[in-house]
Amino acid sequence: MFDLIVTLIPVFPLLAVLANGLNVMLGHRYSHEIAHRLAWGSVLLSFLCSVWVLGQTLGHPEPRTVVAYRWFFGADLTVNLSFLIDPLTCIMLLVVTGVGFLIHVYSVGYMHGEEGFTRFFAYMNLFMVSMLLLVMGSNYVVLFIGWEGVGLCSYLLIGYYYDRVSAAKAATKAFVVNRIGDAGFLLAIFLVFANFGTLEYTEIFARAGQLDSAAAFSIAICLLIGAVGKSAQLPLHTWLPDAMEGPTPVSALIHAATMVTAGVYMVVRNHAIYDLAPDALLIVGVVGGVTALFAATIGLVQTDIKRVLAYSTVSQLGFMFLACGVGAYVAAIFHLVTHAFFKALLFLSAGSVIHALSGEQDIRRMGGLWSKIPKTHGVFLVGTAAIAGFPFLSGWWSKDEILGHAFVHGHYVLWALGATAAFCTAFYMSRLLYVTFYGESRVAHEVEHHIHESPNVMVYPLLVLAFLSVVGGLIGVIPGGLENGWFHQFLQPVVRSAGAGGEAAHEEGHLLVYILMAVTTLIGVAGWFTAHYFYKLKPEQPDLLMNRMKGAYTLILNKYWVDEAYDKAFVEPGKAVGRSFDKADTAGIDRVVVAVEQVTDLSAAGSTWVEKHVIYGGLNVTGYANHLAARVLRRLQSGLVHHYAAILVAGLVVLVNLIVLFLWLGGAS
Amino acid sequence: MQDVILNTTALPHLLTLLIALPLVGVAMMAFVKDEAAVKHVAFWTAGIEFVLSLPLYLWFDPARYEMQFGEVVPWITKPPISYAVGIDGISLWLVLLTTLLTPICVVCSWTAIKSRVREFMIALLVMETAMVGVFCALNFVLFYVFWEAMLIPMYLLIGVWGGVDRIYAAIKFFLYTLAGSLLLLIAIIVLYFQGGQTFDILALTRAQYSEPLQAWLFWAFFVAFAVKVPMFPFHTWLPDAHVQAPTAGSVILASVLLKMGAYGFLRFSLPMLPDASFRFTPVVLALSVIAILYGAYMALAQSDLKKLIAYSSVSHMGFVTLGIFVINTQGIEGALLQMLNHGVTTGGLFLCVGLIYERTHSRQIADNGGLSKPMPRYAACLVIFALSSLGLPGTNSFVGEFLVLVGSFIYSKTIAALATLGIILAAVYLLWMVQRIAFGVPTEKTAKLADLNWCEMATLVPLIILIFWIGVFPNPFLAPMHASVAHIFDAMGRVGVLP
Repeated sequence: MFDLIVTLIPVFPLLAVLANGLNVMLGHRYSHEIAHRLAWGSVLLSFLCSVWVLGQTLGHPEPRTVVAYRWFFGADLTVNLSFLIDPLTCIMLLVVTGVGFLIHVYSVGYMHGEEGFTRFFAYMNLFMVSMLLLVMGSNYVVLFIGWEGVGLCSYLLIGYYYDRVSAAKAATKAFVVNRIGDAGFLLAIFLVFANFGTLEYTEIFARAGQLDSAAAFSIAICLLIGAVGKSAQLPLHTWLPDAMEGPTPVSALIHAATMVTAGVYMVVRNHAIYDLAPDALLIVGVVGGVTALFAATIGLVQTDIKRVLAYSTVSQLGFMFLACGVGAYVAAIFHLVTHAFFKALLFLSAGSVIHALSGEQDIRRMGGLWSKIPKTHGVFLVGTAAIAGFPFLSGWWSKDEILGHAFVHGHYVLWALGATAAFCTAFYMSRLLYVTFYGESRVAHEVEHHIHESPNVMVYPLLVLAFLSVVGGLIGVIPGGLENGWFHQFLQPVVRSAGAGGEAAHEEGHLLVYILMAVTTLIGVAGWFTAHYFYKLKPEQPDLLMNRMKGAYTLILNKYWVDEAYDKAFVEPGKAVGRSFDKADTAGIDRVVVAVEQVTDLSAAGSTWVEKHVIYGGLNVTGYANHLAARVLRRLQSGLVHHYAAILVAGLVVLVNLIVLFLWLGGAS
Repeated sequence: MQDVILNTTALPHLLTLLIALPLVGVAMMAFVKDEAAVKHVAFWTAGIEFVLSLPLYLWFDPARYEMQFGEVVPWITKPPISYAVGIDGISLWLVLLTTLLTPICVVCSWTAIKSRVREFMIALLVMETAMVGVFCALNFVLFYVFWEAMLIPMYLLIGVWGGVDRIYAAIKFFLYTLAGSLLLLIAIIVLYFQGGQTFDILALTRAQYSEPLQAWLFWAFFVAFAVKVPMFPFHTWLPDAHVQAPTAGSVILASVLLKMGAYGFLRFSLPMLPDASFRFTPVVLALSVIAILYGAYMALAQSDLKKLIAYSSVSHMGFVTLGIFVINTQGIEGALLQMLNHGVTTGGLFLCVGLIYERTHSRQIADNGGLSKPMPRYAACLVIFALSSLGLPGTNSFVGEFLVLVGSFIYSKTIAALATLGIILAAVYLLWMVQRIAFGVPTEKTAKLADLNWCEMATLVPLIILIFWIGVFPNPFLAPMHASVAHIFDAMGRVGVLP
């Protein structure tokens, strides 16, 4: 029963993919109505199964493996398609299927009337299948299938509007940048196999202690390369902002709530290895901290509503990496969950704004929308408050826990990076809110009178997400208080080895934790107030500041020119190498071939002479071959390459001669 | 004959039947008048051939390493040459790949070939006989006859039905392979004298050769097979041949002919010359890695669709030779699976190129933009083949490449890391191609193109099914290999090197 239901979780959406995919290939045999019901219905079933599995796991937190079938094997390498059910998997399952379901429902309204409606849902369900494999896999290869699978769906969905060149380019870029990470991940898999002789998590983590620190470090770093690619951390973050070319529900589901958090999941899943490599863990923390701040600064000046949110996602993922880096694995997953709620909410309500404004995404052409789309405004406000760290909302709990943990464990620099990023977050999110919803309307005239609130099918998922964004943080504090909430107790078996040390330090710093919470709360308020000052009290200030700090402004407006630098450093040279190889092929190797051929040509002339005068009379076979080849060649109307023909004939003659000669020799001896 | 299990199945002379059936089809063509009938004869011959080849898998005993479905008939007594055929886990899939692709090639040439249809179909069927023969032959003379016999129809396919520069390409192809064949012939003759005056491949495999002799033979074999694969730097005939060849020619060339080189390495180089194989492994691996990266960079620079895929073949075949010469179980089984995968996937890609060439008469990427709008089915197929080619999990190539990379990682971390770069580059050139062909705004010319009809879909769908079948359930495809691959290591005198 348990095995069956676990297996069914990814099977439901898979069936929907097959049905909707075939429907597209066979020319739309059924209506959009059926297509979307299949799509969200299958995800709902997966969600219900996940809830059931959670119920089962509450009683038995120890990991259970469910083998679907033996996938492939060669000698001592056996790879099963199998699932691991433990508390971490359960949490991920609920987030993926729960938020996924809400976004599917929302998409029914958002994508209404699109030509590729069925195709869209087929891709979305394929994404669900891959993401479920990713979080459920019991070994690295299944994780990798999901890993590349979600990359593929991301590619397909970013390029959903395939006739837009920018979308097609963004899709390719996303896949290729992800592939760089994937290559690192593959190497990690090989390293694991070389060290353990197996790829199953449970066996590996049980024996992780036998790993020497150098091996642990290299595995951890290779895994990190994969994680950095998928979770858009420095230096592989460039694909995520471009990924906003996809439809907004895609941005919410894939590029905010689920896929991009896969890197965090992977690091937490492999914490047993990271714990053995403190240096690698420190690198994880530094990557996270730097990315959190780096992306937050870019977010300060973006003018595309989705791009602000994209950089915000990169920044928040940085927080999760930071959490992993300081050993706060539970806090990382906690933030992953709350972030899934409020970031999905923000993206979807941004989508609702875009929907209302007939596709407008530039916040400079928005403003004063709060009264026109009040429900959207309401939920966006909740989302902003949650991410900015308004007390008692979900983001406040999880972010404070990360920063508190960093500080208590003596990572002051990482704490400072995170705190600064938190200030920026509060600022750019408040700025987004003010510029979009308040002040004078700057909406283009022809768009103005089309503004409408979104249909209920879009609003209801927003309300659910808003509710979760408000109360979702409580799972982290109820019933045991800070760092002793249900969430921590539930996940404790998964991160046991790391939790032991953390608990003690936490006890000592109880007062400190409260002080830190007050500090970060103040930081959030300061960020909000700065935005309030700039965009409400003194609206002329931003331009003045912009002029005064021209250099810094240009730098962050151009996203630190990272894209341009990569183009110059990798893309252009790569193409140049290709072109020069191409030249080498024709000018180098082919020239050698021609030279050899000319030498052969000469000797062929010689041997033809010998052939004519010495052997021809003797062997009729040869003559016949000669004759045949000549006839063939005449039919080919060869003119320009007659000397090739000469060699051909000579070659055949030599061959036939050799065969006859050696057979004769062999027969004689 | 030792190591051969004679055919006792319900179909006597099954392999002989498979080798001869295409020639029967050729003979029948002499009796039909019009060209439409010729096409039907060719299709039904190839189709029946395929159906008849299926029992090879169904009745194949994966537990045995010996040659199965064997037939041995004395042919010439002095020197002793017998007609001996049989297949093991190494040749099984290559025979089936050949019989699957030939009917597909007949169908894809249905409207594409307009002149000399009869001769074209004859060449195709003669080709099939020779290809099946090469994979089944257990006697070196027989092998060599088929090996050489293959050249002529291929030469004609390129030279007669090819593009503008077909003569140049055909002769370049012929000369390269002929040079290789000559060395192969010399090696065979030397083996005959040193291995106990026999042409029996299995007996020659059991014989011992001195180390210096092994070295000489190794390089003779190497050139012959490396040209066929083709390995860097013997690859320059390939892009020309592909670009000029008609679609069916390209498909056969990429899917089956290139496999002959890799097959040669596995059948002859490794088991017959183990010392030399171990000794020269680093050289071959270096060339393989160069081929992977060089081919990938070359593919990146191409503006001609066929050339792009031709160079991607160089890169992908680099994985095959890499897997073979790391000389461990994962590597070789991965290489074998990858041979099958490359046949399916690259065959599909060449079919896709042919389909678009028939419509726009251009293979230039720049002339064929935005095809998703007018041809959604075509775009979907192209994307599937591209994803398979770049080794996406769930498709066939992932399993093959994964095994090859695991094998090479066990051999050397550096080599595996370099080869892994190849899979990044594969994503770059393939998705860039997809982006330029399938996505974007259609041009005035491409906007009006008709999507694939059922007949055209029928050539692609079997390959797509195989892509996912191998990708999701690879075990049925790997199972027959295990015993035969293990036997290679027995023949080499040591067991696969494992961690």
